[in-house]
Amino acid sequence: MPSNDTQTEVVEQTPVHVDHLIENGELAAENAWCVSYDAEALPEQRPAFVPLALWQANQDDNELAPLLTSDTELTTELGSTLKGASAIAVDFPAFTDGRGYTIARLLRERYGYTGEIRAVGDVLVDQLDYMRRCGFSTMALRDDQHPEDALRALNAFSVRYQTDVEERQALFEKRLTASH
Amino acid sequence: MYRYDIHDQTLVDERVAQFRDQMERYQAGRLGEEEFRPLRLQNGLYIQKHAPMLRIAIPYGMLAGAQLRALADITRRYDRGYGHFTTRQNLQLNWPALEDVPDILGELAKVQMHAIQTSGNCIRNTTSDQFAGIANDEVEDPRPWCELIRQWSTLHPEFAYLPRKFKIAVSGAAQDRAAIQVHDIGLRLWRNDDGELRIKVLAGGGLGRTPMIGDVVREDLPWQHLLTYLEACVRVYNQFGRRDNKFKARIKILVKALGIEEFRRRVDEEWAHLKDGPQTLNQAAVEAAKVHFPEPDRRPVAASATEDFDKLRSENRSFARFVTNNVTDHKVPGYKAVTLSLKRREHAPGDVTADQMEAVADLADRYSFGEVRVTHEQNLVLSDVPVDELEALWKELDALGMANPTVGTLNDIICCPGGDYCGLANAVSIPIAQALQERFEDLDFLYDLGPLDLNISGCMNACGHHHVGHIGILGVDKKGEEYYQISIGGNSTDDASLGKILGPSFFREDVPGVVEKVLEVYVAERHEDERFLDTYRRIGLKPFKERVYAQQ
Repeated sequence: MPSNDTQTEVVEQTPVHVDHLIENGELAAENAWCVSYDAEALPEQRPAFVPLALWQANQDDNELAPLLTSDTELTTELGSTLKGASAIAVDFPAFTDGRGYTIARLLRERYGYTGEIRAVGDVLVDQLDYMRRCGFSTMALRDDQHPEDALRALNAFSVRYQTDVEERQALFEKRLTASH
Repeated sequence: MYRYDIHDQTLVDERVAQFRDQMERYQAGRLGEEEFRPLRLQNGLYIQKHAPMLRIAIPYGMLAGAQLRALADITRRYDRGYGHFTTRQNLQLNWPALEDVPDILGELAKVQMHAIQTSGNCIRNTTSDQFAGIANDEVEDPRPWCELIRQWSTLHPEFAYLPRKFKIAVSGAAQDRAAIQVHDIGLRLWRNDDGELRIKVLAGGGLGRTPMIGDVVREDLPWQHLLTYLEACVRVYNQFGRRDNKFKARIKILVKALGIEEFRRRVDEEWAHLKDGPQTLNQAAVEAAKVHFPEPDRRPVAASATEDFDKLRSENRSFARFVTNNVTDHKVPGYKAVTLSLKRREHAPGDVTADQMEAVADLADRYSFGEVRVTHEQNLVLSDVPVDELEALWKELDALGMANPTVGTLNDIICCPGGDYCGLANAVSIPIAQALQERFEDLDFLYDLGPLDLNISGCMNACGHHHVGHIGILGVDKKGEEYYQISIGGNSTDDASLGKILGPSFFREDVPGVVEKVLEVYVAERHEDERFLDTYRRIGLKPFKERVYAQQ
């Protein structure tokens, strides 16, 4: 199997905290969470998203939540383990890495996760609409992104052809309903 | 021809507004070069060697006359009065100004066109058979299926950042004219013994740096599951395709690394969850798509008209040549499909001027129900011409310089824009095409050679499909010098194969001479009525190699 490991290149050791969080299509008043990429040690701050294994090893700390890397393979076992998470963060190591979209869809549509799914990392204005459609409920914007651009971008489209996490009827079905 | 309803129109209008906003942010410095890149690419906009390039989508090659007129108008107002038809049935503008692109997209939206996903690491424009709906050997018209795929793949939220580009081709005929074996996914529509429509799904074909013929993932997918099955395939690719090396990121590398059995297993595992889900097609949805591709209101053509046509063909040698090479049989007696050649020495293969676009739109209105098709061989087709109007059409095409009776011959070269325009190219390709067309312009010689695909690419990306040319030419760069590698034996149709490289590459000026030697070997070795490709398959590379590299 080819290696998909784009994560190893940059490992942030200090917890990351961003100011602008999009929550349910609006700018959240505040962002309490930090994201820690350190695979060995827990951060001091709480609440914190920490790497999956660290979260699994510290399940008694209910101010921790799992951070999934983009190469996470969602097995049935992992899917059911994650049901117990208070929130799940999915990392975008680069905005061009589209694996996180699939991860969010699988969490929602296959494993029935109903809690918060947060996009973290290289999260840009022009990805938000797709992220929301794939099941992300919150998106932590990269620091240089303008929140007003983000809100505009989220409302760019009123039409979609496909089904997604929000839309359960494909346009081809809606058209049939409308014509009857 | 597919016509937008309010939903399609709203989506393209909103897409234009979105891109205008992105362009403004880019120009204001709020959107960086790197961040803007995939956004502009997914709207067809490249930054090229001399100027930006805009690739306009022509879904499965279908164009209405009004759209062609709008394209002519756009090339005059925003470009240099011409456009370039590509091997993926799209149209490229070579000289638009960056800041004009939102306006150009706005003009396209007015005629139900767009440039969505014509580039970038996403699902691209679906391509198909230029004779869809009229071919004698057709099992199922692929166009409604292409349209369903177009809609499913347009702004798909999960697949906008795939490891690499993703191309789908669909064929619905006995003969594959859509090159489905060299696409990321190739689909073949067929009917089983009970007359039920099934879809054969191939994956992992492709050209480029590592050319491969696709493997069969599924022989007999029931049509209801087309979209869910495609979704499963692309999802597996999105999750497991390589992202560490762009040259190894296409699905073909994944299919090869996993092996087709393991790839199939993963797709089926994924599909088990998606099957019978909300994107499952039903008869009513397919019928609704088919309504857009009705049989045109063809008038009856008298049997005597066909006799007159045959008579003219036997009497007029020029007309006969045109008919033999550029006219294709039609499923309806009394009708023919006519291929307009865009291959002339004065222009790059696939180039058309604005005046010609308008003239073709007029011809389409008068002779062929106002529709035009773009072929992956970079020509145009009028698909529904009554035989009693063929002579008149031929004369008009001749006056326009589009009746070159060389379709399917050595002269009908497939060629990418190459180093004259493209930022990726290692070498020029258009001047090679022109030099070859000059060298081999004698019609009797061309006809004697028979069907011969000569394809030229200016770099490894293989936009000119050189691997599947019977003769393929690839521009390579060696220490800043342009060289050309020649391969033979490629083929893109049913018995698809990849060409084999003859040997060390050649100087630009030697290319026509080398091709001539290859042809000499063929002419000397061929059996009666044996195609170039078949002679090569029988005698192998060696005789060609010996002749070409013989000491002077």
